[in-house]
Amino acid sequence: MLHYVILNLYLCSAEYPDLRKHNNCMASHLTPAIYAKLCDKATPNGYTLDQAIQTGVDNPGHPFIKTVGMVAGDEESYEVFADLLNPVIKERHNGYDPCTMKHPTDLDSSKIHSGNFDPNYVLSSRVRTGRSIRGLSLPPACTRAERREVERVVVEALAGLKDDLAGRYFSLTQMTDEEQQQLIDDHFLFDKPVSPLLTCAGMARDWPDARGIWHNNDKTFLIWINEEDHTRVISMEKGGNMKRVFERFCKGLKEVERLIQERGWEFMWSEKLGYILTCPSNLGTGLRAGVHVKLPRLSKDPRLNTILNNLRLQKRGTGGVDTAAVGGVFDISNLDRLGLSEVQLVQTVVDGVNYLIECEKRLEKGQDIKVPPPLKYFK
Amino acid sequence: MPFGNTHNNFKLNYKVEEEYPDLSKHNNHMAKVLTKELYGKLRDKQTPNGFTLDDVIQTGVDNPGHPFIMTVGCVAGDEESYEVFKDLLDPIISDRHNGYKATDKHKTDLNFENLKGGDDLDPAYVLSSRVRTGRSIKGFTLPPHSSRGERRGIEKLSVEALTSLDGEFKGKYYPLKSMTDAEQEQLINDHFLFDKPVSPLLTCAGMARDWPDGRGIWHNDSKTFLVWVNEEDHLRVISMQQGGNMREVFRRFCVGLQKIEEIFKKHNHGFMWNEHLGYILTCPSNLGTGLRGGVHVKLPKLSTHPKFDEILTRLRLQKRGTGGVDTASVGGVFDISNADRLGSSEVAQVQLVVDGVKLMVEMEKKLEKGEAIDSMIPAQK
Repeated sequence: MLHYVILNLYLCSAEYPDLRKHNNCMASHLTPAIYAKLCDKATPNGYTLDQAIQTGVDNPGHPFIKTVGMVAGDEESYEVFADLLNPVIKERHNGYDPCTMKHPTDLDSSKIHSGNFDPNYVLSSRVRTGRSIRGLSLPPACTRAERREVERVVVEALAGLKDDLAGRYFSLTQMTDEEQQQLIDDHFLFDKPVSPLLTCAGMARDWPDARGIWHNNDKTFLIWINEEDHTRVISMEKGGNMKRVFERFCKGLKEVERLIQERGWEFMWSEKLGYILTCPSNLGTGLRAGVHVKLPRLSKDPRLNTILNNLRLQKRGTGGVDTAAVGGVFDISNLDRLGLSEVQLVQTVVDGVNYLIECEKRLEKGQDIKVPPPLKYFK
Repeated sequence: MPFGNTHNNFKLNYKVEEEYPDLSKHNNHMAKVLTKELYGKLRDKQTPNGFTLDDVIQTGVDNPGHPFIMTVGCVAGDEESYEVFKDLLDPIISDRHNGYKATDKHKTDLNFENLKGGDDLDPAYVLSSRVRTGRSIKGFTLPPHSSRGERRGIEKLSVEALTSLDGEFKGKYYPLKSMTDAEQEQLINDHFLFDKPVSPLLTCAGMARDWPDGRGIWHNDSKTFLVWVNEEDHLRVISMQQGGNMREVFRRFCVGLQKIEEIFKKHNHGFMWNEHLGYILTCPSNLGTGLRGGVHVKLPKLSTHPKFDEILTRLRLQKRGTGGVDTASVGGVFDISNADRLGSSEVAQVQLVVDGVKLMVEMEKKLEKGEAIDSMIPAQK
C-alpha cells in the first residue's frame, strides 16, 4: 500500500502545477498529497481534477483580490473533489465546514422588515442568484446537447409564468438587430465572457449556442441562460423598494421551480451546500442583494470600509465588480453567500443600507457617525 | 495519467443531432467539411491518447471565421489525430493545400546545396531574410492536448538537445517562468520574446494552458538561430539575419535542424514525420515542410501596381505586413514568403522565394525608371 502511494506521488509530481507565484484559494489548499490522491479520479460524467483547477493554474491571481481558482464541472465534483473543495469553501465562506454544518434556505420574503429605502438616496434595488438543473453538467463541462437541454427545460418552464411575471425569451443565436439593441438599451444583454477566469474554465465554448435572455414584460425579472451558470435570476427595480424586489424574486424562483418539477426536473441543492453553482464562491444562496445608493459624504469618510465590513457589506462601482464609484454612488451588497439564508442576507443588506443612509444624513447635518460593532457570523 | 475518455462516451448518450454543432454562420475549412453525417461517423472515435472529434473541432466551432480569410478551424492533438480523423482532416488538407490527395507523397529536401543562388538579393531592397518551421517530438501529444508533465518532458529534452550544440550554434535557453527582468528586456529588444497567445484561434484550442510552465526561448550567441519551445508547436525553429543572403539563412536552417534532429533521435524521440504528410504539426496548415521562408523587402512602386497580387499568386508567394500575419505594410515594406507548405520540398519552396523576390526587385527597379513591367509578369508557377 505504501509502495503504491509513493509510486503514485512520484508519477503525479511530474504533473503537479507550479503554484509558487499563485495567490488564489485553490493554490492555497492544493498539496502534492491531495493532487496525488485525486488526479486519477473523475466524476461519473468524466470531469477531472485537472479540469477543475485549470482556471486557477492559468490565472495566478491578483495581489489584492483573492480569486477562488477552481470550478465545479457538475454536481458530483463537490463530492469527488471534496478533499480540495472543502478547504477552499471553508476559506472563502468564513470557516463554513461542509462536513459538519447545514446551510439554511429561506425564501419567505414576508419576513423582511424596513425594506423600503429613502428614494432620495437609493436609486435602484436588485437581487440576483443562480440555479442549476440537476442531472445536467455545469458550464465548464457541459456538452452542446446538455447546454441545449438546459435551455429547453428552462425556456419551457418560463413560458408558464403568468401575470406580472409573464414574459418572453430572446435566444442569442436568433435575436434580431432591433431586439439586440433594445436589450442593450435596457442593460440586459450579456456578452461572451472575456474574463480569463471564465474562458480558461471552458465556459465560453460553442458561444452563442443555447445562450439567451428571458425577461418579463415589466422588465423587473430577468433570467440569463447558460452564461456562467445554467441560470442567473435577477429581480430589480428603480428606487428603494427592496422588499418588493425580494418578493418578486422569491415568487419567481418558486414558480420556476414548480414548473420544472411538473416536468420531472429539479434544482441542484443539498443540505450541506445549499444551491449548487459553478463557482464555489456562489454556493449556499448564490445571492447578491444590493442597491445603487448615493453616499457622497460617507464616501469620503476614512471609516467607510470598516463600517461596511462590520455590517458584512461590500462596495463596488456602479458598473459592477471591479469598477469604481462615480459621483459618490455605490453598489452596496452582501458579502456572504453560504451559511446564512436568503432572508437573513437580504435583511442584513436592508439593515446595513438603512444604517449607511442614517450616517449620510448625520454627516449632512454636521453630526458625527459611529462605527457599528461587527455583526456575528453564523457561529 | 492514463485515463479513459469517460466524457466522450457520456456524450454518446445524446443523439447526433443533439450534439452536432451549429455551423450555419461559420466560414472555415472545418465547417465546410463537417456534415452531420460525418460528425455522427467520427464522434465515438478517439486517438490512443484520448483526443476526440470535439477536441479537434472546438477552435473552429468557437471561431466562426473571417469573411475574407479562411481559417482552418481544427487542430491535431497528437500524431494519431491525422489517422483517426482522416475522414475530416484529409478533405480539409486537400482544400487548404491545393488539392493534395490522400494518396500523395510529400518530398522532404533539407539539403541546402540544392538551392540555386539566393546569396545576391539586393540589400538596398531586401532588408532581412528569415526561414522558420516547426517540429514535433515523437512520443508526446501536441500543444492542444499535452499535460503539464508532457510539456515539461518536451522542454527537458529540447533543452538537452539545444544546449549540446556548439560552434555557430552555441547558445542559451531562457525559460519563460524564470527569466530575469534584464533577460526579458533584452529578448524584447531583439524581437525574440513570444507572449502568451491571445488569439482565440489558439486559446480555444487549449494551447495556452498552464502558461508559462514548460515554455521558453533558446537562441545562439550570434542571434541568428532561434527556437521557441512549447508555444503553438513543440518547437518553432527560426533562422534569420539582416540583409538579402537567403542562401546563408537557409544553410544555417538546414544544418541546425539536422543537428538537433540527430540528438533527439539518439533519445528515441525523433521528429514526427511520415511520407504522406511530411512533418506533423498542430495546425493542418503547417503540414509538409511547415516552412515559411521570407524577406522584408521594399516595394513601394510594385506594391501599388494593379497586378501586384496577381504577380504574387503566380509566383506562389504571399504578402504580409512587417508585423507578421494580419498586419499592414508600413512604408511600402512587405513581408513576402512562400504560400505553400505541403506537396513541395523545403528547397523548392525557398527557391520560389529567392527567384520570386529577385524578379520583383527587378520589377521595382524598372518601375522606378518609369518603364513598364508587363513583359516580365511570369506564367503561373
